[in-house]
Parts: sequence; C-alpha cells; structure tokens
Amino acid sequence: MVSPQTAYFTEPLALDCGRSLAEYQLVYETYGTPNADRSNAVLICHALSGDHHVAGYHQDSDSTKPGWWDNCIGPGKPIDTNALFVVCCNNLGGCKGSTGPTAINPATRKPFGPDFPIVTVKDWVRSQARLADSLGIRQWAAVIGGSLGGMQAMQWAISYPERVRHALVIAAAPRLSAQNIAFNEVARQAILSDPDFHHGHYYEFGVVPRRGLMIARMLGHITYLSDEGMRAKFGREMREGTPNFHFNFDTEFQVESYLRHQGHAFVDRFDANTYLLITKTLDYFDPAADFDQDLSAAFHRAQAGFLVISFTSDWRFAPARSREIVQALIRANRDVSYTQVPSESGHDAFLMPIPLYHEILRGYLTRVAAEANAHAA
Amino acid sequence: MRPELELISDWIRPGARVLDLGCGDGALLAYLQKYRQITGYGLEIDTANTLKCIQAGVNVIHADLEAGLADFGDSSFDYVIMTQTLQAVRHTEALLDEMLRVGRQGIVTFPNFGFWRHRVQVALQGLMPVGKTLPYQWYDTPNVHLFTIRDFEELCRRKRIDILERTVLDHAHQAPLGPRLWPNLLGEIALYRLGRA
Repeated sequence: MVSPQTAYFTEPLALDCGRSLAEYQLVYETYGTPNADRSNAVLICHALSGDHHVAGYHQDSDSTKPGWWDNCIGPGKPIDTNALFVVCCNNLGGCKGSTGPTAINPATRKPFGPDFPIVTVKDWVRSQARLADSLGIRQWAAVIGGSLGGMQAMQWAISYPERVRHALVIAAAPRLSAQNIAFNEVARQAILSDPDFHHGHYYEFGVVPRRGLMIARMLGHITYLSDEGMRAKFGREMREGTPNFHFNFDTEFQVESYLRHQGHAFVDRFDANTYLLITKTLDYFDPAADFDQDLSAAFHRAQAGFLVISFTSDWRFAPARSREIVQALIRANRDVSYTQVPSESGHDAFLMPIPLYHEILRGYLTRVAAEANAHAA
Repeated sequence: MRPELELISDWIRPGARVLDLGCGDGALLAYLQKYRQITGYGLEIDTANTLKCIQAGVNVIHADLEAGLADFGDSSFDYVIMTQTLQAVRHTEALLDEMLRVGRQGIVTFPNFGFWRHRVQVALQGLMPVGKTLPYQWYDTPNVHLFTIRDFEELCRRKRIDILERTVLDHAHQAPLGPRLWPNLLGEIALYRLGRA
C-alpha cells in the first residue's frame, strides 16, 4: 500500500524556453526506508505515459492495479525496497497531479491548457533536484529510467555530477532520430486536427480530443512493439465471431481490436495537452548540443557509474542507439557496463520481467545498495 | 587463482587502463582491479557472462569481437588483453592489428598446438588433440584457428609485431627450464606481451 504525496515549491523555476513557473507542485511516491544519511535513495524517472505510481497499490478504487513497474520494484525485487529508498515523481507538465496543462493557472484562474510552457528534460531534472532537496537527499545512490526515463538519468549525471552515484539508462537514445521525430509529429497532428481540440482549450468546451489522442496512442503503441512480437501475439487472427471478411472497415483482425482498446483506455487516463508537450520534450532532448555536438564531452563531467541496457527487437530506440551512449561513455573514461538483452517485446521490453534483464538490474543494484549502506554505517 | 592470471598481473603496471577482449566472467579484470588498481572494460559476447561481470563489479561491454574495436580510440588503453581467445576468432590478423591500435601493448595467451601431448595424439593415434587446454572435440570446439608457438612468432615477425616478453607454461602450469628451452614442444600455454614500434 502506498499513498501519493505532494511537494509545493514557491521559488520560481526558470525554464529552458525562457519562461518560468512562479510556483508549482510535484506529486510523488516513496517506497522503502531511507537510511541515516539518505544515501540509499534512488530516483525512478518515468517515460511518456508513466507517472509517480511506479509500484505497490493505492488504497482507493484503483487498488486492483499496481504501479507501472511493480514487477521490478518492491521487497526482494530487482530494485529492492528492503535496501533502497525509492522515489518517483510525476513530471512537470504531466497530468497526474504535478503542475501541468490541466492545472489552474494562478494568473488566469483557468487551466493552463496550451499556455503551459513546453518543458525540457533539463527542466525536469532541475525540478527533481528541488524535490531531492526537499526530501533531504544530497546524492542519489542511483537514478534509473527506461526510454524517456533513461534520458532523464543521463541528464541527471550530466547536470548534477556530484549528486548521482549511478545512472541506469534502459532502452534509451542519446537524442531522437528523424524517424522518431516523424512519428511524434504524426501523433501531434492527430491531436491538433481533432475538431474537439479547440486549440488546446478543450476543457472550456467540456470535451476532449478523444479521436486524436486515441490515434496518437495507437500509433505510439505500434512503435513500442516489434514486428516479430506482433506476429507472435496476433498474427492475422480474426476476432471471435468474425470468420469471414466483412469487406468494410469494422474491426476484424485481432491486432485492430487490440490497438483500439489501447487507444480507448488511454484517452480515459491521459491529457492531450500533456501528450503534445511530452512529445516535444522528447524531440528537444539532445545533451550533446550543449557540448559542441560531442556527447562524450557531455559525459566527461559526469561522475556516475553507468549501466546501459537495450533490447534486441526494440526499433524505437534500437540497440545501436544505446551503443552510441556506451561509446561516448567509454571515450569519456566513465565506468560503464552494457548488455543487449534478447527479447521479442520491442521497446516495451523495458517494462517486462525478462529474467536476464531483471538479474542484471538486481546484480548491479545489489552493489549500489551495499555501497550506499556501507557509506551510511 | 590460475597461475596464468598471476603471470599476466605481473606484467601490468599499477593503475593502468586495461581492455580485456573476451573477458568471460570477469575473473581477470576483478583480479587486476584488486591487485593492480586498474580501470577499464571487458568485452564479452555471451550475456550469461556479462551478467556475471556485472555481479562481480567489473565494467563489461556486450560486444562481438569479430565486429572490430571501432568504439575505441587509438592508444586509448595501456594494455589490451586476450586470454585464450585468439584461437577462437575468425579474423585473427585483423584483431591483432586492432589490439595494437587501441592498446599501447597487447597481452595474448593461447594453447600451444605444438605441445608434445598434442603431437602424440595427432601423430600416433591419428586423432585431433583433446586435453586440459584443448578440452573440446573437433565437432564442438569454439576454436577455429589452432596454431603453435612457432606459428605465432612467425606471424609476429611478418606483421612487425615486437615480442616484448614471453612465458611458456608446461602441463602443470609452471614455467621450469624445459619449456624455456623447448617451448614449442614442452609448452602447453603461451603468454606474450606485444608491442608495435
């Protein structure tokens, strides 16, 4: 059982876009117990559609559903809450309680909507550092994330070298490729062109751009799976009760039914403005840009040890992208270990309890925890 | 600890930067970290082994040596090590070149195919040698190139690779007088420290 908590910040936060947030709040959850000097604290960074509820169960109506990485975080699990104090927050711009487009803009007393500034990974890391301050955490034993979460882990090690002992970068990329940006743009266009979008002010009209957000999610979902994984799961199977082609546009194949279900479920739990915002956060991420396009120069200032993991069938952030990260770390003389884990699950593999993957996390974090707790003793 | 690892360790300068090609479970790097305070990485193709390295606190990069060492800059390591690996790679020559591009020095160990027991098996029994350092049958061996001490030194001469040091171990993995006098006959394992002017 876990309950979300809220941290309020009244000191303005300057953002990369040039604007600033006068005040904001971050919703977060913690698991496990901090040691005496809080040196066993680890930060989990969430990806596009994630939030602060990373493990355990809520007491409320939603209690049948555990956090999004519950298979990996908990007592005796690879991220072992018997030894580590785990923190996860909903990022700024999110729609699960932290200040974002759905929050009330104190200046207008209406939801921010499209006026919420587009935040970057660096902005997120800055806001997370303030959360760490408020929790009395001087240095994370580890910052851990998959996909966009892995980008935050990298940025943490670059932005706050002295505050990160280990960075675990899973199924990530050093920046988006043209193909990645192209997929994001199609997702955005789906939302922007929905008649219910109303230039982002749909809250005032009592509607949500369901169709657009649903298409964006369906498209995204395809990029999270692999061709082989989809073939194994759906093949060309028809839905039950659909023995023959209808020669119309009904949902006939299993895969269509699955995608529509994913799209529908997503619309009920996610905000379109947040989705738009976070796709831009992804597009803008490029830590090498601050260092003359030299990623190893960016990592040169990092002090953390790195664990980099990729998955064979991930084509959204393919193993070659992780290799770019590893190569830059080697050239920067950083401690790094890397494994490409065999999996048919595509990009989604980072959320799956794949034995080799979880054993690697467990093996690495056992040492991280021992180091942290020896430190505290 | 295998005597081979101790002998290699004797050749390594404390605090050196080391790359271990085909590092297996990371035993050599863990040993060198402890006794020589080295930094560096192991390259390993088998994920069961990369897991063991991570558990042992050894930096390991999951990689295929046959793809070369393009991720590594010229002279970016003090030593590049290959223990019992050279005979199991296809692109032997290319890898030796890569080794001495990336490392200021190379350290190589391999089973000597010219060891007398191996010769006896081939010459008298008419069978491919199987023994302590060649524990595989011909049909399941990972070794794709078997060679002798003389073969290797001939290759080094042709490629203008300097042999800086050589140790040859006998069947008991000691280095007594015999293998020093007749290395290609009495040596079962050969260790070399290599450089290139």
